[in-house]
Amino acid sequence: MKSFKYVIIGNSAAGIGCAEGIRQIDKKGTIAIISDEKHHTYSRPLISYLLEGKTDLQRMKYRPDNFYKQHNIVLISGEKAVSINKESKTIKLEKGEEIKYEKLLAALGSSPFIPPMDGLEQVKSKFTFMKLDDAINLDKELSKDKKVLIVGAGLIGLKCAEGIYKKSGKITIIDLANRILPSILDEDGSVIIQKHIESKGIHFILNDSVSRFESNSAFLKSGNIIEFDILVIAVGVRPNVSLIKNAGGKINKGIWTNEKCETSLPDIYSAGDCTESFDITCDKERILALLPNAYMQGECAGINMAGGQKLYDKAIPMNAIGFFGLHLITAGSYEGNFFVKSDKSNYKKLFFKDDLLKGYIMIGDVNRGGIYTRIIREKIPLSTLDFELIKERPQLMAFELNERKKMLANISERSV
Amino acid sequence: MKRIYAREEWCLGCHLCEYNCAFANSGLDTMTKLKGIKINPRIQVEENDGIFYAVSCRHCEEPLCVKGCITGALSIKDGVIHINKEKCVGCFTCILSCPYGCIMPAETGVIQKCELCQTNSKGSPACVSGCPNRAIVFEEG
Repeated sequence: MKSFKYVIIGNSAAGIGCAEGIRQIDKKGTIAIISDEKHHTYSRPLISYLLEGKTDLQRMKYRPDNFYKQHNIVLISGEKAVSINKESKTIKLEKGEEIKYEKLLAALGSSPFIPPMDGLEQVKSKFTFMKLDDAINLDKELSKDKKVLIVGAGLIGLKCAEGIYKKSGKITIIDLANRILPSILDEDGSVIIQKHIESKGIHFILNDSVSRFESNSAFLKSGNIIEFDILVIAVGVRPNVSLIKNAGGKINKGIWTNEKCETSLPDIYSAGDCTESFDITCDKERILALLPNAYMQGECAGINMAGGQKLYDKAIPMNAIGFFGLHLITAGSYEGNFFVKSDKSNYKKLFFKDDLLKGYIMIGDVNRGGIYTRIIREKIPLSTLDFELIKERPQLMAFELNERKKMLANISERSV
Repeated sequence: MKRIYAREEWCLGCHLCEYNCAFANSGLDTMTKLKGIKINPRIQVEENDGIFYAVSCRHCEEPLCVKGCITGALSIKDGVIHINKEKCVGCFTCILSCPYGCIMPAETGVIQKCELCQTNSKGSPACVSGCPNRAIVFEEG
């Protein structure tokens, strides 16, 4: 039986973060990464950029070609882990092989959610849009004379639309909600992004849903009928929890982990889309299926697996995304009082409550938005800042002199 | 590691660092060619009410930009945070992540940041060597 000190299930951001976290502490312990995909680690969010031609298979690799060799990692790809035995500390692969671990990371990811829709089985050309193979397969079907129907006006559906825009015919996006991107934008923000995307000729149908399919026709609740050649289902994702659930691990919305990214099972850690995180902006457990969070959780798990000390205790929702040249960045929760600043091409909204910045939305001009993100993450009391100054524009000038010196001056050479 | 530090008590607010930065990264042979061009430097002078100082990448030991980069375009080499502009797709996750606001969009749609002039012809920080009042220094921290 193959045996490794560290076994990582998952070859994406959380898994790679874990491996890099382990190697910060333990340069020698054996590491294996198991992945059901047969690819070098690649960036999932780049699949729309791949179709758009803004990247390619080489450049979208998440780490260099020599990554596994450089970190002395055994990559077991194209193999699916099907069960974990926590007593014998082994993982069983689909083809029957068993692998022994001392410490395990379950970075199991998430899967596209496909709601029950009558007649879906009759649709010949249908796709989800999450993995590289999804994008490659969709790309093969695309042509300028084919109409595309995308179900779901969230991040995945809209990025898909942008990615295929130059390669497909008419694109229609349908969503049950009354506005686009409701999970990351307020109503005004949704309208701005929707208008921008519509100006490119993409058609939205909101407040409506598909009640049934008949080959290439979608019959909507409203009574309308949409003809299409290609269907993309981008309704949302669900965490992959079954491996941990079947091993007896605690599951809530996703896999439960503590601040060290340990599951409720001994020597088993978890990170990424499959887990739930404690969102410090609303004090709730939430699934934050976002790449930066996945990496940081994975890295935290890896450091702890290797005997180091690290806590993952500053999780916040955060998104950076753009559509057809219009950028937006958002972070945190949209509660409390708000401040809005907008002009013809830019929109900014800050949310604050109990002397804390809770969340923000910036559309168009996103310059230096990370300063706001820091104020949220670090829970910096607004009363210690020049809030009037920073409301107008993110800047370090809003911090007190001593804080500024800690950030910018060489404090080892003089007192602050 | 040597880093760029700002000494706001000495900063005149002259913005020369911004021009030296823009020139160092422009590939142009003389600074006079910057005349008429709206520069987009990697270092920025903040000013308010008689206070001035220059802000550029802190080259953090725990860089949130690198950890959060969705493409792997940002990486650390010998403590210096570099950007691979071929890999970057301009998603601006790093702009969302940088606590100091030191990463900015480049004209090409991807991002740019201070790389301590290691990747241009200067070899060492042009903002520091050109500062008339030693308000920006390059020192061991």
